[in-house]
Amino acid sequence: MPLLMKLLVQRIALGLLLLLLVSALIFWGTNILPGDVAQSILGQSATPEALANIREELGLNEPALSRYFDWLGGLAHGDLGTALTSGQDIASSLGSRLKNTLFLAFWAAVVAVPLAIFLGLLAVRYRERWPDKLISAITLASISVPEFLIGYILMYFIGVKLGWAPTVSMIHDGMTLGQKLSSIALPVAVLTMVVLAHMMRMTRAAILNVMQSAYIETAELKGLTMFTIIWRHAFPNSIAPIVNVVMLNLAYLVVGVVVVEVVFTYPGMGQYLVDHVSKRDVPVVQACGLIFAAVYIGLNMVADIVSILANPRLRHPK
Amino acid sequence: MSKELEYLSKQFVARKLSRRHFMGRAAALGLTAAGASTMLSSAVYAQGPVKGGTIRVGLPGGSTTDSLDPATTTNSTGTMISRLWGEPLVELAPEGGLENRLAEEVSASPDAKVWTFKIRSGISFSNGQPLTADDVLATMERHAGEDTKSGALGIMRGITAMRVEGDKFIVELDTPNADLPYLMTDYHLLIQPNGGKDDPAAAIGTGPYILKEADMGVRFVAEKNPNYWGDMGHADTIEVVVINDDTARMAAIQSGQVDMVGRVPPRTAQLVARAPNINVHSTPGPGHYVFIAHCNTAPFDNNDLRMALKYGINREEMVEKILFGYGSIGNDTPINSSYPLFTEMEQRSYDPEKAKFHFDKSGHEGPILLRTSDNSFPGAPDASALFQQSLSKAGINLEIKREPNDGYWSEVWNAQPFCTSYWSGRPTQDQMYSTAYLSTADWNDTRFFNEQFDQMLLAARGELDEAKRTQIYADMGMLLHNEGGLICPMFNDFIDGTTNRVAGWVENHKGFDLMNFYAPMKMWVVG
Repeated sequence: MPLLMKLLVQRIALGLLLLLLVSALIFWGTNILPGDVAQSILGQSATPEALANIREELGLNEPALSRYFDWLGGLAHGDLGTALTSGQDIASSLGSRLKNTLFLAFWAAVVAVPLAIFLGLLAVRYRERWPDKLISAITLASISVPEFLIGYILMYFIGVKLGWAPTVSMIHDGMTLGQKLSSIALPVAVLTMVVLAHMMRMTRAAILNVMQSAYIETAELKGLTMFTIIWRHAFPNSIAPIVNVVMLNLAYLVVGVVVVEVVFTYPGMGQYLVDHVSKRDVPVVQACGLIFAAVYIGLNMVADIVSILANPRLRHPK
Repeated sequence: MSKELEYLSKQFVARKLSRRHFMGRAAALGLTAAGASTMLSSAVYAQGPVKGGTIRVGLPGGSTTDSLDPATTTNSTGTMISRLWGEPLVELAPEGGLENRLAEEVSASPDAKVWTFKIRSGISFSNGQPLTADDVLATMERHAGEDTKSGALGIMRGITAMRVEGDKFIVELDTPNADLPYLMTDYHLLIQPNGGKDDPAAAIGTGPYILKEADMGVRFVAEKNPNYWGDMGHADTIEVVVINDDTARMAAIQSGQVDMVGRVPPRTAQLVARAPNINVHSTPGPGHYVFIAHCNTAPFDNNDLRMALKYGINREEMVEKILFGYGSIGNDTPINSSYPLFTEMEQRSYDPEKAKFHFDKSGHEGPILLRTSDNSFPGAPDASALFQQSLSKAGINLEIKREPNDGYWSEVWNAQPFCTSYWSGRPTQDQMYSTAYLSTADWNDTRFFNEQFDQMLLAARGELDEAKRTQIYADMGMLLHNEGGLICPMFNDFIDGTTNRVAGWVENHKGFDLMNFYAPMKMWVVG
């Protein structure tokens, strides 16, 4: 499929260009923030001598542009640099955080995606009847409440009052998979509630759209049951928009969990990023920003490619 | 009745009686819940420390960007962690004053210019290396060096020479300083092998615990140092978890995931204390929340205007509404009774008429601009609004400008003429005044330039006669009270929480919160 290859290469090239632009944007953004890294490291206890010493050591006296290109050059060799604040290698400290974030996102997706699609199908099956309305009402309510509030509510009732799940979702290498899963039960629940409505509504709308088609009527006349029609005939044809919205939400599970991570003290990328933004640790912020951007662009690319593969008309353009 | 209670508490300690039963029967004997609870903890205390188990601590302040190098410690998590593995020469005693740690004996020359610290012998670092006076010297050199990043650099400045004689570490000063040993309690100045010059972040020291796992800003695990020389450290393991979100930290102690937490928010402290298994401790300290005006910038360069602001603030209301009662009123000096050599002076109180009189006399017209932010102290914007209301009764118009948290300490504090801020206090009056009120101080955040004050500070520093020093400090406090740019409405208490799983809390421990961060090392697990 040379056409498909060409398309793929095109998409990836565009993605990389976008990443480059994003890196410049983040660099510019972090540089116009008030205060500098030396001041933030020492906090209120900074003396002018100590400040000058730190600035000199971190190379903050060099012009911004040369710092940016130095960093970009390192990146081309796969070197994310070292954190200005702690002097640790960014790639290694970021790696374990990214692993944790992906772990949380993975389990949230494992719960949320099948559940959303199933609820969407169910809503179509009982369209305009009470199950449909109930599903819509609950999912829309949960997406409307800010996620930190859902977090606090679950924490209070399930964690503190009932004691069913830990309120601090600390995971570390010494834990078994079972312990880790029990530890992240609450954040997974919150994330599921946050992303459920979007995916469920999209599934419902996409399938309903297809349900108007003539071939669905044929299937009905063949005497198939409603659920078989939806599952066998309607769902495959509405897969493109569903995959799109699923990918968007998966991206959200990775890049949008900052608040949930802070509320549940989860050692993921979100907290790592927040800590470094407040200390003006530009290389780390940029590395995090780039990874988030890469995840976002990557997942959207996957969505594009899947929808092309799923649609013969897009696969063979005239 | 007391016999019966005594019997009951013994039963409890022997685990023959549940806490609920004890409280119930104590109530039947006419004891209030609080009284019964105190009685219980003292019974447990009397039984003495229990060895073993794990103490879990939930702390705010830690960040992924922290380092284990004690020179760069800035927050409460870092302070507690370094106290697990390291020790200073001397430390604040729980009831005030000093106690010796790695120094066995401290002595001064009669002019207080030469100080000698005799180093305890027979102590080893956790890597097996024996502690020597040379390690102490190397440590101090690292913090005092020209190219140091140490937060203790400021307090090392007055030192002109340091040397070792046998097992003695000797410090020479350019001017006499009777408080030098207090400076050595600084949380940065922990003794490391060869001063930490080889590997500053190795976390190797002489402390009661050995750090086993360290995930910055996330989680720390330390195990008992089997060779520790002192009597601290009852639990086998201490686990410190960083929980910066207030609500999450309170939920963690309420659900029993941690045994103690620092910085309970005053707003919810009463609610947290209502839980039967949680004790909330309020400890008065030197920390204070302030409104600071630059004495050299118009319109604040006019002392009448400053007096108007001082008379126009309702201190009791602030303690009640901002601190929810967990604190005490201030008197426009940074010093309170938690400092040694403190002298009480007449309390200034809210008086709109005097405020109006001084304001009119100052000749200033128009509004006064106050800058504030959420992180300048908890509740700062609310306190500013209260200040605005109390001033308006005196006919003074205060305009409030909200600044972003981000960059507040570099852009607003110590830069703008009038803003909200906080000070966590210092162990001695000399240190507090030298840090922020001496003309030449880097953080003279009220731009208070007063020659007489500076002279008195230096005179007090070299004065070894306590009565004379106390008098000088009282005069300095009065000067600041009447002429300074500091408007200090309140001193905030430290509020900490512990569960019934741990015992051994010491009330009114001097220093920082959580018993000067020694709580996990001085408390023990009861079950």
